Amino acid sequence: MRGFVFVARGVAWRSIHNTLVSPAILLPSIIFPLFFLVAFAGGLSRLADVPNFHYGPGYTAFVFVFVFLQSAAFGGVFTGFAVARDFESGFARRLMLSAPRRSGIIAGYAIGALARWSITGTVVTVAGLIAGMNIDGSGTDLLGLVGLGIIFNFVAAMWGCGVAMFLRTEQAGALIQMPVFVLLFLAPVYVPLTLLTGWIHDVARLNPASVVLEAGRGLLAASPVDVGLAFGLLAACAVLLALFARRGLASAERAG
Amino acid sequence: MSHGDAAIEVEQLVREFRKGPRAVDGIDLAVSPGEIYGFLGPNGAGKSTTVLMLTTLLPPTSGRATVGGFDIVRQGSQVRSTIGAALQEAALDPILTGREHLLLQATLQGIGRTERTGRADALLVRVGLTEAADRRVGGYSGGMKRRLDLALALVHGPRILFLDEPTTGLDPQSRAALWEEVARLAHDEGMTVFLTTQYLEEADVLADRVGIIDHGTIVAEGTPAQLKAEIGSPSVEVSPVDADADNRLAELLAGFGPPTRNGRGSVTVQLPGGEAQLADIVRALDQADLRMASLQLHQPSLDDVFLAKTGRKLEGTGDPPVDDDQPAATGRPGRRRRGR
Amino acid sequence: MTISPPRPVGPGAGVVGAEPSSAPGLVAQVAAVGRRSVTRTLRQRGLLIFPLVFPLILFAINGSSLSAATKIPGFPTSNYRDFALALVFIQGSLFVSISAGTDLARDIETGFFNRLALTPLRGEALLIGQLGGAFVLACIEAVVYLLVGIATGVVIASGVAGVVVLMALSILIAFGFASLGALLALRFGTGEAVQAIFPLLFVSLFLSSSSLPRNLIKVNWFREVATYNPMSYLIEGVRSLIITGWDARALALGFGFAALLVLITLALANAAMKSRLVRT
Repeated sequence: MRGFVFVARGVAWRSIHNTLVSPAILLPSIIFPLFFLVAFAGGLSRLADVPNFHYGPGYTAFVFVFVFLQSAAFGGVFTGFAVARDFESGFARRLMLSAPRRSGIIAGYAIGALARWSITGTVVTVAGLIAGMNIDGSGTDLLGLVGLGIIFNFVAAMWGCGVAMFLRTEQAGALIQMPVFVLLFLAPVYVPLTLLTGWIHDVARLNPASVVLEAGRGLLAASPVDVGLAFGLLAACAVLLALFARRGLASAERAG
Repeated sequence: MSHGDAAIEVEQLVREFRKGPRAVDGIDLAVSPGEIYGFLGPNGAGKSTTVLMLTTLLPPTSGRATVGGFDIVRQGSQVRSTIGAALQEAALDPILTGREHLLLQATLQGIGRTERTGRADALLVRVGLTEAADRRVGGYSGGMKRRLDLALALVHGPRILFLDEPTTGLDPQSRAALWEEVARLAHDEGMTVFLTTQYLEEADVLADRVGIIDHGTIVAEGTPAQLKAEIGSPSVEVSPVDADADNRLAELLAGFGPPTRNGRGSVTVQLPGGEAQLADIVRALDQADLRMASLQLHQPSLDDVFLAKTGRKLEGTGDPPVDDDQPAATGRPGRRRRGR
Repeated sequence: MTISPPRPVGPGAGVVGAEPSSAPGLVAQVAAVGRRSVTRTLRQRGLLIFPLVFPLILFAINGSSLSAATKIPGFPTSNYRDFALALVFIQGSLFVSISAGTDLARDIETGFFNRLALTPLRGEALLIGQLGGAFVLACIEAVVYLLVGIATGVVIASGVAGVVVLMALSILIAFGFASLGALLALRFGTGEAVQAIFPLLFVSLFLSSSSLPRNLIKVNWFREVATYNPMSYLIEGVRSLIITGWDARALALGFGFAALLVLITLALANAAMKSRLVRT
């Protein structure tokens, strides 16, 4: 156990340190969510005038939840990129040689992803408040929203780690990013689920990301909906993808 | 050699980069028509910078040079039509085939449509790439790429050829084949070859004359035999068992000639009296109770010439290249040049 | 492996005193470089697929996700896909920009640029020729986007003639962005510098009338930014042909900004080429 903790701590420290000292790593993970918040809240706020668009806190808060959770997911995705880079450069081999408990490496990357997202999530939240977003939820509701973000971040980090460890090349970046991107956008991003029509409605209804998104919006609006289901789905994904990441690590170990 | 007779003539050529030392610091040289001139030096000595200037890809800071009788600054386009160049990078497009490279080069050199294909075919045969001609260059080995590089340099029938470290990274067989071809170009076809290298053997075997460059200046010039004869004497390299005994060793060997420390505790000394001095050295070491791990006798080599002129060995030394202000056209990071 | 005995390779080959051959004309130079550029583009199928597919994925998603926008009073069409298709052409242009720029940057980084510099090739010929591959990519994109749009129910209000004008405008826009990519490659000499512009272009695309008409943007500052953003006029020019028909003002502004983009970026790229193609 001690070995696991030491390894996780070491990998997490490196991940956090590299993020903080390299603007090229930190800034994109902050700028993109901010940009989406600005673009959606600024450019699409008229959608709140569509008949039957009902969301108490207003359109800015509506898109904020999406951006908040998207930034959590992409915090995990960027960690996957970093893992792929480590394999490409050979640094991952050094990690595996030095680590007495290699599963600690995955934990370390996950902690690094969470630390990165804690910065991004804070910046996005402050930006949302500056933009005039209303918060109707209580402290507990908001903690619930943050909890959703934390697990979402972990899920995406496990996905990114797993793909990166299986493929062990920077070319894996597109495969890490695209499914997460598509999954997020096949959810009710711009309008509530009830206002989606056609094939997108059918897909969004089945998309687990939709449950998480609607739950988050409900928490912010102090009218929670499907929160238990959202946490359950995320927990299940977390377990499955942690196993996936562990299998990825085993694959990397076999490859040497 | 009188002015106008030389294929390449260089007078006090200088190239300065901002934020760095002078890469080329006032060199003078002359290369006769049909000669293979070997330009030898460690990494960062100024070899490639010199080549870039002589091939008109980098304007000199000062000095003058003519290539094929044309001034490199005022008559750049004439120089380029007279020369072929295979520069340090193989500089090939991995998506194109070997034949496509040759046809493109031939087109850009103004070779007529009817002649292009025949010339490309002839060059492919010449460099032994006929079978691989229609494969993408991305799949070529290092040796094949270098051969294609050479063929591309010859497409327009130049009379002067610049080769910048042409065998770096090649296996011994590919290297030997390339040497053979270069020698044939010069000796059978009268082509002038300006060859830069950091490999002693390459300069020794190929070059009619060698110029040794270090820190931007030519420190020695002559035929390989002349340069080695200047050093004259063999040298002996002594490595003590106890690496800390190098001070005592150097003091002892100073009695035979000026010692040079090589690092790792070993010391080299010239033997003005020839190999016969070796026995005296062994006796002196024995009397001083200095135990030796190894004792190697060296006949003079170009490395010894370099050692004598610069105080250090050529192989395994050399400053890293100056990264700032590298020539823009090579795409190395750094500020761009403003060309004329 | 042996290298064959030497054979003469042409008049004066290797013989001291041989005369240099005469330089080919500008058109021949452009054609030679252009042929290479097109060959490279068509042979890198992996690099063709992403610029084609990604904008269409976004079109599929946004075309449905934002269909509720058509219920906003004053929205110009009842089918959001009609509205959204224009953005696809512009997004495709951004990929053309990256493709053109990274190809040229790779030539600089590998030293192939030096090889070309040693020939009589003129800088203008190298620049225009290099954009040949981008031109082909832009044409392929325009055809594919149009066909997909029509297949998903988009109606081109300006008819067959409008389709021709739409293709011309979108290719002109793509050419302008390709010149931008070339400019960055020549100015900075690395693929990373070219790629770095993509997020900025992507952002400027969103800060425009890409998702809603300008008059329906509620937030004042956003509407102001979109009004001053040339991207809005590029999108609106293409869009007008799809949903309005023949809108002279929108077309004039669209073509005007596209032409300005081409002129400015091409002029700057040409200057950067002269600087990069350092030869005495």
